[in-house]
Amino acid sequence: MLNYTIRRLLFTIPTLLFISFIIFLLLDLAPNDPTGNLPMTITPDVREKIRESLGLGQPIHIRYFKWCVQFFVNEPLNIVEQYFDITIGQGDRLRVSSWSTRSPVGDLIAERMPQTLWVVGMSYVIGILIAVPIGVYSAYRQYSWFDQTGTFVSMVGFSVPTFFTGVLMIVIFSVYLGWFPSKYDTLHVVTDWESFVFQVRQSIMPVSVLALFNASTISRFMRASMLDNLNQDYVRTARAKGMTERIVVLVHVLRNSLIPVVTVIALGIPQVFGGAIITEQVFSINGLGALLIQGIQGADIPLVQTLTFIFAVLIVFFNLIADILYGILDPRIRYD
Amino acid sequence: MRMKSILIGAAAALALAPAANAGRGDAGHVNIIYWQAASILNPFLSGGTKDVESSSMVIEPLARYDENGNMVPWLVTEIPTVANGGVSEDLTSITWKISPGILWSDGSPFTSADVVFTADYCMDETGGCQQLAKFSDVTNVEALDDLTVKVTFGKPKPFPYGPFVGGESPIIQKAQFADCMGAKAPECTEQNFGPHGTGPFRVTEFRANDVISMEANPHYRDPNKPAFATLTFKGGGDAAAAARSVLETAEFDYAWNLQIDPAILTQMAGAGKGTVVSAFGTGVERMMVNLTNPDAALGDKRSTVEGGPHPFLTDAAVRRALSIAIDRNTLAEVGYGAAGKATCNVLPAPAIYASTANDECLVQDIAKANAILDEAGWAVGSDGVRAKDGVRLSILYQTSTNAVRQDTQALVKQWWSEIGVETELKNISASVFFGGDQSSPDTFQKHFSDIEMYTNLFNGTDPEAYMNSWTCAEIPNPGNNWLGSNMPRYCNPAYDALSAELSGTADIDERARIAKAMNDMLMQEGAMIPLVHRGRVSAHSNTLGGVVLNTWDSELWNVADWTRN
Repeated sequence: MLNYTIRRLLFTIPTLLFISFIIFLLLDLAPNDPTGNLPMTITPDVREKIRESLGLGQPIHIRYFKWCVQFFVNEPLNIVEQYFDITIGQGDRLRVSSWSTRSPVGDLIAERMPQTLWVVGMSYVIGILIAVPIGVYSAYRQYSWFDQTGTFVSMVGFSVPTFFTGVLMIVIFSVYLGWFPSKYDTLHVVTDWESFVFQVRQSIMPVSVLALFNASTISRFMRASMLDNLNQDYVRTARAKGMTERIVVLVHVLRNSLIPVVTVIALGIPQVFGGAIITEQVFSINGLGALLIQGIQGADIPLVQTLTFIFAVLIVFFNLIADILYGILDPRIRYD
Repeated sequence: MRMKSILIGAAAALALAPAANAGRGDAGHVNIIYWQAASILNPFLSGGTKDVESSSMVIEPLARYDENGNMVPWLVTEIPTVANGGVSEDLTSITWKISPGILWSDGSPFTSADVVFTADYCMDETGGCQQLAKFSDVTNVEALDDLTVKVTFGKPKPFPYGPFVGGESPIIQKAQFADCMGAKAPECTEQNFGPHGTGPFRVTEFRANDVISMEANPHYRDPNKPAFATLTFKGGGDAAAAARSVLETAEFDYAWNLQIDPAILTQMAGAGKGTVVSAFGTGVERMMVNLTNPDAALGDKRSTVEGGPHPFLTDAAVRRALSIAIDRNTLAEVGYGAAGKATCNVLPAPAIYASTANDECLVQDIAKANAILDEAGWAVGSDGVRAKDGVRLSILYQTSTNAVRQDTQALVKQWWSEIGVETELKNISASVFFGGDQSSPDTFQKHFSDIEMYTNLFNGTDPEAYMNSWTCAEIPNPGNNWLGSNMPRYCNPAYDALSAELSGTADIDERARIAKAMNDMLMQEGAMIPLVHRGRVSAHSNTLGGVVLNTWDSELWNVADWTRN
């Protein structure tokens, strides 16, 4: 297992380098321009100077190399320096900087991580907590009214886009009832009970919109996996041995059914970090998803490049975790 | 809960109205929402409207434009003119006299050295200053004494109010930015996110592309202003959500640039919590006619003067027919509501420059358009499309991707089909269309289409630079890397002569006459087909007082005068 893990980890290095190069090429080939969204009153020759000052005049391999140095050497060193409060070497090195804010991309990401993890992460946890029991009971009572309702709700949750459910919730709960704020306040700090209540109030709508979507997907997986296992021979054996129905379902069947679901859940975690582009936009949460979409619209190549690459790293990493978890949960699977 | 507290606050404010807003900070907190979030508070490094306007509450220019487009002294004692001796007789220099006693938000005095530094900062070759055009022809900026600054130009400037006037050209503090010159400018994150200013507010926290917190500047020159102690400038979401948060939920007090379906905006305003305000500047949604041949077969000569004239758009009758077949009032109503009105000029404002000579196009006349084309020999073929000598009236009509523009395209296509003109529609993502990527065939400068549509405008009130856009030298072509603003590729020596005359004339009435003549020449020769004079639409809460929507400068120009009522 350890050998396998190490081999896989080593293999991720060329994979990630290749991914970073592809992302860089794609972004470079896209006919986007960082001065494209500026007001028309800025004259063409000034625009040309702006492009030059951003380093767009240099050949692509040099720009790629510079980015690699900034991302793989300078940024990690910077994190180490900030964390341990020390200075390594010169201490003043070039970091990956966004074109639109002219500030280090690392700082932007760090600033947005809390609200993304809170809202999207919370919705993922709640989604799982709702989905697992629903999936289990739907499978156990297949074709009952509960199963039918569950299927209907998850189909709705899966197929109705979040930009619709989000706006619908705002219209109902913010405009008509006035219960919750329609805009997320990122400056809000939880210090006491009252501020915590406000934090809950401002998170309820985005979290529930996303949780509905997550729960729909996961509950379908859970149900399908339970159905596969309920008809297995070992279940009949367990019942024949006189075990209670509770133990048969919750211990024997559930444990075995969770194996594929855990993989699905692990593979979904990178999406938590990726933020929820649309939901963040609807509620003005301004997390990582909103950062990415703003970067794309403004042709902020260093920002988009860095964010997409970080997502790629997370996806590769959680793929590995999922594979290892699979091996741990299912003793029949051995990689060595 | 928040709404309730706002209402209670409003009630309290009403009860104490005379006393409530007497002093600095008495009105509490104000929330502003811009659906495009501010990226940086240094307009020299980002010319985006959101960045210019958010920073305008902190850093200020020497003079501003008011809501009528008149210049008002802001940090100076008066507007220099030839009459008061502030502008030299030969029009090559202007001398600004700074009002005494102005302090930066850190308490240090505001002096001419800061003004000189600002000019050096922007004019630095390696800095990539986005407001460089404001400093065009400036050869020297010097401090005559602590409160006097002299700007010298390399040639006579009849309108010397480019540098240090208006929201795009504010003054930054020398002490703070001294180490941020040129190539180092982008590295000064701390300075760019929290500039010291002379304005009514100062930054307490800046989160790029998200939110800014500000507090009243304790050193602001008027001891009783601003009325608000703290301010939140939130960004993100979309225009409809911003409108909703002011007009329906009252979470925010002011929302900027609400370019949404006019019907929806009216419905939201019906909730009675806020007011929609609009004002007109110089923006005109127009079609740029391509007078050169965009045929792909021409290769490198495509859409250039060398590639030869356009097969049918060089016929004045065709351009006139296309123009009068359009119902501009419908376009304005459907797409822009209160923020649009039909126009037949590319120079619709300020009022002294607005011509009335081209108003034929205000009324749609399909029959007349058909008659014009018949008369010019364009006969309807078996496919319903007019043709002459084997040339069919088939138009590729491109614009940027934007719901209103696509509606406009669809309507125009319908009207043109009624006069026997075939139209193919195309829309391109704004960052590509308005971007300058040399390798992309879809930029508006390359104009590889017959007709393209977008809005153009000019800042401030002087149209000289704007009207110079259509001189022969401004034609984009491969030789100048497609940099140029003469999209129609219009070239007329008479027009160039008027342009030269304008640059040598200082008298305002005379300038108006020349600018009008230039506008009329462009319109009557059909180089462009203007459609809609576009205004700005914003909304403010009914509890917010003192808002004066200004399209000539930053919308937040008078934020110091805002109150709670």
